[in-house]
Amino acid sequence: MRVGIIGVGLTAFRPSTPEYSWKELMFEAASRAYADAGVDPRADVGSFVTCAEDYYEGFGIFDEFVPDQLGAALRPTCTVSGDGLQGLANAFMQIQTGLIEVAVVEAHSKISDVLTPIGIIEHGLDPIWNKPLGFHPYVVAGLEAAAYLRATHTPTKALDAVVSKTRRNALRNPIAAYGAAVDMDHVAASEARFEPLRSLDISGPADGAVVLVLASDRAARRLHANPVWIRGVGWASDSPSLETRDWAGATYARLAAGMAYRLAKVRRPSSEIDVAEVDDRFSYKELQHLEALGLAKSGEAGKAALRGAYAADGRLPVNISGGSLGCGNVFEATGLHRAAEVALQLRGDAGSRQIDGAKVGVAQAWRFVPSATGAVAVLGAGP
Amino acid sequence: MRKVGVIGAGMTIFRRRLQETGKEMCFEATRMALDSAGLSIGDVDMVVNGTAPDAFDGVHMKGEYLLDGCGGYRKPYTRVFTGGGTGVFSTIAGWWHVASGLADVVLVVNEEKMSSCQPHPQSVFAHIWDPILDRPLKPNLVWIFAMEMNRYMTVYGIKKEDIARVAVKNKRNAVGHPCAQLADANITVDDVLKSEVMAWPVQRLDISPPSDGASAVVLASDDFIRRRRIKDRAWISGVGWCIDSTMWTDRDLVFPEYVARAAKMAYGMAKVRDPRREIDFAEPYDPFDYKELHHLEGLLLAKKGEAPTLTREGVTQRDGDLPVCPSGGLMGVGNPIAATMGMKIGELFWQLTGQAGKRQIPHEVRTGVSQAWGDLMQYGCVVVMRA
Amino acid sequence: MTARVAKWPGVELSAADLLEGKVTQTRFRPDAKYAWSAGEAISRFLEELQAGRLIARTCHRCERILFPPRMFCEECFRPTDAWTYIRDTGTIETYSVSYLDTDAKRISEPILVGVVSLDGASPKMGMMHYFGEMTKDEIRIGMRVRAVWRPAEERKGSVLDIRYFRPLREGER
Ligand SMILES: [Zn+2]
Repeated sequence: MRVGIIGVGLTAFRPSTPEYSWKELMFEAASRAYADAGVDPRADVGSFVTCAEDYYEGFGIFDEFVPDQLGAALRPTCTVSGDGLQGLANAFMQIQTGLIEVAVVEAHSKISDVLTPIGIIEHGLDPIWNKPLGFHPYVVAGLEAAAYLRATHTPTKALDAVVSKTRRNALRNPIAAYGAAVDMDHVAASEARFEPLRSLDISGPADGAVVLVLASDRAARRLHANPVWIRGVGWASDSPSLETRDWAGATYARLAAGMAYRLAKVRRPSSEIDVAEVDDRFSYKELQHLEALGLAKSGEAGKAALRGAYAADGRLPVNISGGSLGCGNVFEATGLHRAAEVALQLRGDAGSRQIDGAKVGVAQAWRFVPSATGAVAVLGAGP
Repeated sequence: MRKVGVIGAGMTIFRRRLQETGKEMCFEATRMALDSAGLSIGDVDMVVNGTAPDAFDGVHMKGEYLLDGCGGYRKPYTRVFTGGGTGVFSTIAGWWHVASGLADVVLVVNEEKMSSCQPHPQSVFAHIWDPILDRPLKPNLVWIFAMEMNRYMTVYGIKKEDIARVAVKNKRNAVGHPCAQLADANITVDDVLKSEVMAWPVQRLDISPPSDGASAVVLASDDFIRRRRIKDRAWISGVGWCIDSTMWTDRDLVFPEYVARAAKMAYGMAKVRDPRREIDFAEPYDPFDYKELHHLEGLLLAKKGEAPTLTREGVTQRDGDLPVCPSGGLMGVGNPIAATMGMKIGELFWQLTGQAGKRQIPHEVRTGVSQAWGDLMQYGCVVVMRA
Repeated sequence: MTARVAKWPGVELSAADLLEGKVTQTRFRPDAKYAWSAGEAISRFLEELQAGRLIARTCHRCERILFPPRMFCEECFRPTDAWTYIRDTGTIETYSVSYLDTDAKRISEPILVGVVSLDGASPKMGMMHYFGEMTKDEIRIGMRVRAVWRPAEERKGSVLDIRYFRPLREGER
């Protein structure tokens, strides 16, 4: 059974949204997605999935505060404590069982409600091994960046190219919070933070909500929808322990991509994928993830980035949305935002960011520091 | 739709405090479940974790922290979370992993280590309330149960002693459970009625207190079960889940409509037309004694307001016509929130495969239903299993 | 199988094991602070509380008067339509007499707390609050009550601007 994305809804991403509660933010994204899909959530939707973590929200059980603004009151609804793409994968499976025909996936960030975001991220470290050391949690990204750059002989200059390209891409995305004409020199000259990472290598926080409506092929036909097909999904975790994980290779992304490609019957990703949206919440992650996804050979992504291969007019447009560096870090909504962007590209609805002739795209996300978990979705244009 | 069976289950003992870390508890329950199914971790395609508020264990993104203990290392691994509903909901998520065709064998591992939270796990529950409407009133979790119980008692004219019978039955049933924290062979209705008043009408023995524990079950597709010639299996024939509105002060708490919707969804899938006749035994969620009664009505196993009568008449005893919580339930075994899967899904598996030992229902049972409840009086999930 | 398992996993600790340092513990207090945006509906609700009034939103499709107010109707899944004031009198839907405080510590003077459905809103729509000027023996479900407000200068835009609900007096409506 094929499963398609029949509705896409996004709010603008902004560093803070004091005028809206998280409920009103979710309501806006949901309303847009239902209008886009032409569905009534009270009549047409069989299941709702939200992706959230309690400490990001400031609740003991955030699931309580989800249904009303999605149209999900007295309906099958659940929380996946994961990235939006893991939520997408679960909705995909629900439909594959045949029990559910139309499912809604929501993810959001209201990180501006959190006064101590770094304190929260630090709270994700191992309580016995790591927390007593008292380090800033982004040190984990610094350690990984150093390991990756060294293992792959990638020059730091490649990170400058990633940041410059992606922040510029965001200028063409009306929802982006951090679009800017940043040059490679600016990046290189930005303040050192977590060696080798500098301030411009790190995405800034943003609020925003994303909702996708998924349907079986039969339901999509009945609803006269124009689906973008989910050809494959994959998700995987490496060790949660900082002491034993693979620091250089993003194993979680390699395993997740392997699963998604297997389902999608993608054998040679580097020649079959037309557009890629990969997690770049730290600049090196874009390169590391491209290699883990088989879109560049190990050690080649940095060189290709310096050649402009990942620009809008390059061999493989990457993070044409503006990525997280340009749109902002929307935490658990990161992957769902990327799936939404790929869906818009494959539908030809990406406005001034539109890539010509894109038929197959991949969206990938990671669960951010300190996790080693990630997910991948391969999407294909209709019919 | 692919057929999915439960082929193994495991759990730790439930205690106020366990020495093991959360990861270690998960490991022990997982290993026991795999052993009982005769599988190794290499046979497992995917892992689902269920665990309730992060603040109990004291780790943000608790699912990530627990994952190696759950056997999730380098596998597709997801945590689901529906408050107290997680005790049954994670199995529903495991079900769709297999029924979708994406996995043949899925481990479902639930954990709660409430003792890590100091000075009392109760302080976590302050954060389940609306920050603007409720939290300024400094609510205690017991309040909401007290308010729901009072409404239920008042509308139907139910006596406290009829509710106390549930506590007595379950604590006595738990005597046969090797993991039980709260078993008591000699407890009486009078003991419950004379226990300390916490938040009237809730008294100390109406409540299952916080606990540490983990549980695990193994789910597999019918192909796999046939191929491996696995004999001890119980089939998941219906699943249902439902959430009600966040606005709990706008609802009549007298009836759990969300449980009824979840039950109808599960019965529909399992082709159960007359639940009272077709369901042989039940494991409804019983963190408080009245909750068992409330949920029996939500599960359509008793008419509204009549569950206390079934209890009084002995129908819900282990040797009655409709045994309810033969495991001893949360009231008797303990309440490490998500880990109560050991009594809900685990007990159904053990009863339906004749492995429940001293707790085995004396007559033949072929169809069981388990249910969990969660969030702020708003979440119901239901699983129907058959031998 | 359970019948065959001789030893079920887990090692129980007593409170004494902790106090006597027989097991090691690591301590950590997370730096977790929040300031939630109240949003359109609840911001207005809080402003009105400060002014000593209760406000609701109406949905023209299902014709309900929604309290506490929200900008969208969860039943119809559409934006709500208009503001409307409701009364500060109501009916006790349910209650508890609590001898526990927030942290489950015992208190001798019980807290009377419950849900009040408010007059002027749709049936059963209300809020949780305290009850006062009545004893634990007098309080009952169905009792008619009225809000006791803090003096205007003490109000802060919080549900605590109402001190509690008291019984409606003879002849009062
Ligand atoms: Zn309405």
